[in-house]
Amino acid sequence: MPEQNKPTVSVAAGKGGTGKTLFATSLAVALNEVNPGQVQLIDCDVEEPNADILLHPQITQQTPVNVLVPEVDLDICTRCGQCAKHCQFSAIAVIRDAVLTFPDLCAACGVCAYVCPTGAITEVNRQVGSVAHGSTVQGIKFVQGRLSVGDQRATPVTKATGSQTDDSMITILDAPPGTACPMQETIEFSDYCILVTEPTPFGLANLEDSVATCQRMGIPCGVVINRDQAGWPGVEDYCAGEGIDILLRIPQDRQIAEAYARGETLADAFPQWRDELVRVYNDVVEALLQTATTKVKE
Amino acid sequence: MRVAVASSGDDLDAPVDMRLGRCANIIVVETDTMNFEVYSNPGALAGTGAGVAAAQVVADAGAEAVIAGNFGINSLRAFSNGGITAYIGSGTVRQAVQALLDDELEAVE
Repeated sequence: MPEQNKPTVSVAAGKGGTGKTLFATSLAVALNEVNPGQVQLIDCDVEEPNADILLHPQITQQTPVNVLVPEVDLDICTRCGQCAKHCQFSAIAVIRDAVLTFPDLCAACGVCAYVCPTGAITEVNRQVGSVAHGSTVQGIKFVQGRLSVGDQRATPVTKATGSQTDDSMITILDAPPGTACPMQETIEFSDYCILVTEPTPFGLANLEDSVATCQRMGIPCGVVINRDQAGWPGVEDYCAGEGIDILLRIPQDRQIAEAYARGETLADAFPQWRDELVRVYNDVVEALLQTATTKVKE
Repeated sequence: MRVAVASSGDDLDAPVDMRLGRCANIIVVETDTMNFEVYSNPGALAGTGAGVAAAQVVADAGAEAVIAGNFGINSLRAFSNGGITAYIGSGTVRQAVQALLDDELEAVE
């Protein structure tokens, strides 16, 4: 792998509260210990960003995220209704003499302006979120997207946040929970997806969805089992059957939970975990190299 | 007067639907003759924007008033801006229209 192009790793999970952010921030802290100033953590969970609680970054810059919405010049508009007829989201309506836009329903596709025969519609910016930039005291570059309160379309903000991925750095993307558009938008920026799960039937059900999503998108994935404890072998049996690597097991441990509740990562609270976390990243790099080699041979 | 009524059926004896946005059909009644036209509601299966889609049908059909069991904020915004009065109604389509003509229905602000 050339020095200029370091693999980007996303951290995802089928449900919230599994340990994505704890693992992603811990990984960033551990990697920054051995690669100071070369690690970037991007919090793409724009509906509920919280990686800052564990990394305590200083935010130095905020950039707005805008989408285009229609603005109608009522003096030019003939009320022909073509815009409303073509809008797939009912984000514009012509009710007798009134022309109404519904920005929160708009997908910013621009078809209304395209079909308008008189050019009465222009597309204007509307802010739907923001991206914060900063860094931690230890020098981790920190990026965090945030959807504006009251807005419902996370994907444009997720995309603007994930696009801050810097290939010259070791980038960790903290993905939103689930397997819907915002998660897919996030992992699309990554070379490899680490799926955090719990050793329970519920965890497995969500893991299966996440694995299927990665496979459909052609993104290699491995598994971290959080709150690991003896008892139910379902997740391990599934991974063995599918040939998916289990990269790490984080035990069910009250001390870890207490450190997390204090706002400390695994790597900060328990330095003995750092080597293991770095090893996980190295395993991912190794797996990617092998895949690349296999592809070249084919 | 032309009155649009949200309904789960397709004639005057069908029930008024509880929700404008998700009703199956919008029945437009000419109150002088009680003749009616049935428009299927594109909002019934829409992911979002159901109320706006239904309101557009009501407006395009030339109705001056609309009756449903309830309205969402988007359709009410459309009706109030477009000068179409929205009324809460129940029973059958015929009963709801009669109630409107008898001045028994309450307009929604």
